[in-house]
Amino acid sequence: MSFLSLQNASLRFGGIVALDDVSLEAEEGSIFGLIGPNGAGKTTAFNVITRLYRLDAGDVVFEGKSLLHAPPSRIVKLGIARTFQNVELFPTMTVLENVLVGAHTVSRFESERSVRAKAQKTLDYVGIGDVARRPAAGLPFGTLKRVELARALVSKPRLLLLDEPAGGLNHGEVDELATFIRTLRDDLKLTVLLVEHHMNLVMRVSDHVHVLNFGRTIASGPPAEIQRDPKVIEAYLGGELEEAS
Amino acid sequence: MKLVPIGVVVAVLVALPFLISGYHQGLATYVAIYFIAILGLNILTGYTGQISIGHGAFMAIGGYTTVLLSADQHWNLLATLPASLGISFVCGLIVGVPALRLSGVYLALATFALAVSVPQFPLKFSKFLGGSNGIHAAQTKSHLWLYVVGWSCSALAFAAAWLLLRGRIGRAFRAVRDSELAAVSSGVSLPIYKTLAFGVSAAFAGVAGSLLVLVTNGYAQPGEFGVLLSLEILIGAAVAGLGSLWGVIVGAVFIGLLPSVAPDVPLIGSAHGQDVVFGLIVVLIMLLLPNGFAGFLRRFEPRVKTTIKSDPKTS
Ligand SMILES: Nc1ncnc2c1ncn2[C@@H]1O[C@H](COP(=O)(O)OP(=O)(O)OP(=O)(O)O)[C@@H](O)[C@H]1O
Ligand SMILES: [Mg+2]
Repeated sequence: MSFLSLQNASLRFGGIVALDDVSLEAEEGSIFGLIGPNGAGKTTAFNVITRLYRLDAGDVVFEGKSLLHAPPSRIVKLGIARTFQNVELFPTMTVLENVLVGAHTVSRFESERSVRAKAQKTLDYVGIGDVARRPAAGLPFGTLKRVELARALVSKPRLLLLDEPAGGLNHGEVDELATFIRTLRDDLKLTVLLVEHHMNLVMRVSDHVHVLNFGRTIASGPPAEIQRDPKVIEAYLGGELEEAS
Repeated sequence: MKLVPIGVVVAVLVALPFLISGYHQGLATYVAIYFIAILGLNILTGYTGQISIGHGAFMAIGGYTTVLLSADQHWNLLATLPASLGISFVCGLIVGVPALRLSGVYLALATFALAVSVPQFPLKFSKFLGGSNGIHAAQTKSHLWLYVVGWSCSALAFAAAWLLLRGRIGRAFRAVRDSELAAVSSGVSLPIYKTLAFGVSAAFAGVAGSLLVLVTNGYAQPGEFGVLLSLEILIGAAVAGLGSLWGVIVGAVFIGLLPSVAPDVPLIGSAHGQDVVFGLIVVLIMLLLPNGFAGFLRRFEPRVKTTIKSDPKTS
């Protein structure tokens, strides 16, 4: 039994088929790369797993149980946390408060003081402890992405969904991020689903890569195999993949 | 929490009744009533971002609860207050459920409908609710009693709001207002927190309604709880500034005292001019303080230092 699976998942928006009979399985403790050109359905897959979108057909199974009847606000409680491609923070709150909201499901019986300490520790862990008291609005994009990451981590997830975490980062920072994602996985015993356009990053950190194009699976396998797959190369018109190898 | 401003406010409120006439004690009680109602609306609109133009309806429910329990069941007036709180809370929850499907202007209109329709109930069921003449509580109370009870309730309401909003629940409310998407993804249930806010907010309004009835010689009448009352509470909340507990007292003083000060304004204020004055001042405040008094206070808060890197070429 796999940790997380999509089983024949299909979802359309009017005439657009965002997911077309997609099946995938992520092993516990793995870093699972989900790639594909723009509009391939990657974010849609995240939204389906977190119950923001409802599947037309198929199933999402997490630790042996279907998620399809869980309300979206229960997903975090079940152990799945995410970040957003375009950053969804609480703009009127401070960075620390943003993270405190992330601790909502794990702080019911905890004192305010110890939750705050925990949130601060999480911010330190992702390397932005010094901006804890700043308002979230107005910080650089790369910092906001880390606030989101801290907000997700503080809920103690077992499955972490990262939607383009390298957005807004320069080359050096992308390298750091690659190491950091692996450290995260090892430190916190996480399973990571990673959506990213930075091929270099995906191929370096992923144990398994799944490729979507126009909502369909076109390849799935270890990174080395995916990089050589003619269908994948065709979908990307060669460019990005060659750079990565 | 700043202890000094709280101490100052409490000291003033304790000293005040010894310094002013019974009439002015009555006015000060009105301020307390508006304070509770605005505080309640602030929890709903300021914290969770759900607008209500219908809080007069919840005040009516609270007011009639108190009078009915006093007149028919001979309850002690103080004992009616928790009952009024509970009933209004439940009514708030009931309204909050359909409100989940509405937002913005649509929610405003739906709650406005509530403000219009609830005061019609006493006319429809005049046998129980006294029709347009209203019903009368079994007792009336002195100005001083009303002042003490009104401001004690305000203090309790303030403490309750502070306890509720300072931690996990208050953050969940604000999360809902800031981004429903992020709130849900952080495990905050929108239906639960949105209806909870409606319930709490209505409970505050209900108690304010009970006190309003007591301060008007124990009479509950439909006219008391008209649309205008709902609008006053909303204006008070706007003057207070949304999402801050401190602005509320200014909003309450504004709504509570302006109508009695307005007629004294020379030229336009006299003879039916007080509403004009009121309107003008509201417009002026909205122009000058778009974020209410709370926003005004925030301007004086120490800013977080932002280090601006000086560019050697330009400096
Ligand atoms: N809520 C929605 N309503 C209508 N169409 C949608 C919606 N969400 C996604 N789509 C469509 O579904 C398709 C897949 O979108 P999705 O956001 O999943 O792509 P993606 O793989 O994340 O792309 P990108 O790399 O650009 O982020 C696109 O054609 C998109 O326009
Ligand atoms: Mg996307």
